Amino acid sequence: MGHALTTEQAAARTLFYQADEHDHEAGGSTLLGFWIYLMSDCLIFAVLFATYGVVGGNYAAGPGPKDLFDLSLVALNTSMLLLSSMTYGFAMLSSYRNKVAATQVWLVVTGLFGAAFLGIELYEFAHMIHEGATPQRSAFLSAFFTLVGTHGLHVTFGIVWLITLMVQIGKHGLNKANARRLACLSLFWHFLDVIWIGVFTFVYLMGMLR
Amino acid sequence: MMQAELPVLDPIFGRLSLAALPLHEPILVATFVAVAIGGIALLAGVTRYQLWGYLWREWITTIDHKRIGIMYMILGIIMLLRGFADAVMMRLQQMMAFGGSEGYLNAHHYDQIFTAHGVIMIFFVAMPLVTGLMNYIVPLQIGARDVAFPFLNNFSFWMTTAGAILVMFSLFVGEFARTGWLAYPPLSGIQYSPDVGVDYYIWALQIAGVGTLLSGVNLLATIIKMRAPGMTLMKMPVFTWTSLCTNVLIVAAFPVLTAVLVLLSLDRYVGTNFFTNDFGGNPMMYVNLIWIWGHPEVYILILPLFGVYSEVTSTFCGKKLFGYSSMVYATVVITILSYIVWLHHFFTMGSGASVNSFFGITTMIISIPTGAKIFNWLFTMYRGRIRFELPMMWTVAFMLTFVIGGMTGVLLAVPPADFVLHNSLFLIAHFHNVIIGGVLFGLFAGINYWFPKAFGFKLDRFWGLVSFWFWVIGFWVAFTPLYVLGLMGVTRRLRYFEDPSLQIWFQIAAVGAGLIAIGIGAMLIQFYVSIRKRNELRDTTGDPWDGRTLEWSTSSPPPAYNFAFTPIIHDGDAWWDMKQRGYQRPLSGFRAILMPANTGAGFVLAALSTAFGFAMVWYMWWLAIASFIGIVGFTIYHTFNYKREFHLPLEYVVHAEEERSRQLATVRS
Repeated sequence: MGHALTTEQAAARTLFYQADEHDHEAGGSTLLGFWIYLMSDCLIFAVLFATYGVVGGNYAAGPGPKDLFDLSLVALNTSMLLLSSMTYGFAMLSSYRNKVAATQVWLVVTGLFGAAFLGIELYEFAHMIHEGATPQRSAFLSAFFTLVGTHGLHVTFGIVWLITLMVQIGKHGLNKANARRLACLSLFWHFLDVIWIGVFTFVYLMGMLR
Repeated sequence: MMQAELPVLDPIFGRLSLAALPLHEPILVATFVAVAIGGIALLAGVTRYQLWGYLWREWITTIDHKRIGIMYMILGIIMLLRGFADAVMMRLQQMMAFGGSEGYLNAHHYDQIFTAHGVIMIFFVAMPLVTGLMNYIVPLQIGARDVAFPFLNNFSFWMTTAGAILVMFSLFVGEFARTGWLAYPPLSGIQYSPDVGVDYYIWALQIAGVGTLLSGVNLLATIIKMRAPGMTLMKMPVFTWTSLCTNVLIVAAFPVLTAVLVLLSLDRYVGTNFFTNDFGGNPMMYVNLIWIWGHPEVYILILPLFGVYSEVTSTFCGKKLFGYSSMVYATVVITILSYIVWLHHFFTMGSGASVNSFFGITTMIISIPTGAKIFNWLFTMYRGRIRFELPMMWTVAFMLTFVIGGMTGVLLAVPPADFVLHNSLFLIAHFHNVIIGGVLFGLFAGINYWFPKAFGFKLDRFWGLVSFWFWVIGFWVAFTPLYVLGLMGVTRRLRYFEDPSLQIWFQIAAVGAGLIAIGIGAMLIQFYVSIRKRNELRDTTGDPWDGRTLEWSTSSPPPAYNFAFTPIIHDGDAWWDMKQRGYQRPLSGFRAILMPANTGAGFVLAALSTAFGFAMVWYMWWLAIASFIGIVGFTIYHTFNYKREFHLPLEYVVHAEEERSRQLATVRS
């Protein structure tokens, strides 16, 4: 590097601090941080999937997937969750156009689809338990209830968050903080969809083939 | 189902009753009296000098990464005393219990002690100390004013403390687990451990685990997003690099621990069959999962200290670190490899020759990047102008000690050898060799190195030397006999021995523990003496060791805002580069600085979590439900607080910077 530095380059090299600095934008790392958190959550599901993979065939002379699963019900359930992801997408689009009312309406629809999903899931659980297929019955059922139930708990938590956020949007509108929160919940909601596709495939569809 | 019959529970106290207090154990009663007197004296002192307001405003609710870092260090050192007390009790018991003598600890108590020792030393000593160092140093090294999520940082600290408090509760209310530090089922299942011990274990780790995970997310986002302009990844200080990798490991490993402990709790509380012997349960699944967390965990502990050694070596040899990029690559390789070695913890499980070979070979491979690091430090020292200050002495002791520990580790990585040495004292000697010789020595190097930065005065050299020599010699006296005993086939966790010819080795080991006790005592005296002599030991330059990285460009201790102006980085050793090229500290043009505001939310949430954990341990369902609703409700309430930042007034910044100029002037005159 034999060539001489221009005066500008030389000046830049002796600049050791930012003289005129602006306030950093609040929450600049939030989406990244939340994404990292989601990946850690994903690992919790990975463990539950792995456990299901290992003990999912241990019926202990009890009922197996073919005796318990009702694929048409699960299909209905799945469509509820997929539709909720779609409506959440519409809520995001409305929020980009700064339409508060439309955003809120789509969030309500999303929440209702989420609640419908949960309702169907609870019905399925109650039905299974009524038939004697309790989480205590076999390692397969322990793993099934824990994996599907953990996903359900996440959806429950998502709905609580959704309601909280709607109140906050009602109070403060779509300010920067709320837009950020909306984006985080969006990540969370779609993440649960992705997990559910794993559950649907791995637990229900492949369970029927087992 | 094979469930034990459920006793009738008290609606208020669950299964907690006066019988849970260990009044029949004189050792525990005496300990309780001592702790109670000390605690009352402390509370009285705080009240007497009216420090409650100060503690609440300046420490408990603080979101300053530096203060949170210091609190982590204090937590770690307090818990070190507890963990070490357990170690001394084990050494005394094993020294005495020969021939006819039963020693002084009954089996019920002894089993709790070895479990508590392991749990406390890993989760509540090593983890807080490592997290504390990272919290304090990383933002300073990357030229940031705080971490990415300051509130989360405070919350993480208090959750870790909540876990530690639950473990301490178990000492006096009920009992701790008697399962060993990883609580393998079926022993830790409800059938074989129906008491509260394992539940204390589960909830302490779950609550502290939330803190650890969130602090991992936090530091990761901080390092990725908040580096000062010019600091590309390959210009980051090595300590920041190792912290980055450690936090990647935390985020990628702790969820596994969380999940596996959830499954264990479901087995215990709900009666599921994940790890039971019947109804299709699979206990080996637990062992696999817990080590998928457990092996990365040991690298979570050691990597930041590799960073400390790098900083110390380069500073005290007055040279750029030899092979910076190979150091970075070695760290990254270790990060990745640490995920594919877990099975070496149970070669004897019976996975078959090919699986064992795979994990044996990966384990041997992981020693290669570690060895490369040792050579890098040696070549940094080679032809360097070495100053044997305390941090450098700890580093040299580490190199000599850790290499032996590494070699016995490679020995254990050979599956046929492991079949002989599995669960023996040889293994105990090996991992203490690497954890004490690697993690703890590194922490002491780091504490001696950065103490003047945090408090504005150096630590006393004489008592530091006393502590150093007693620790290092004590370590070898305590653990060499364990290598010998392990080779003779003595297994771990034994309370009583038949063969009198073994006793001499346990006696030597006990002497070693005594020497270490003197080393710990000398360290406490070192703190005390240094505080007394703080004016003599004062560092007014902010750069007492002629350092190379950015933290040394600030005053000691640094102002709340760390940097009045965000630094611009041109070189890996940024501060060294600035000093070489005639950097002038700016004296005007300051402006008000946007800072995060204090909040008590983290403390409140952690207090509620402690209540929740305690309630779950004792089956006090009403309290568990109430505190859980409290946690959720308070979290929601906290999210309604939108004003989380404030401007540190210009006068404050100007005043602090003028103070710094005055301090620097006293040096020059």
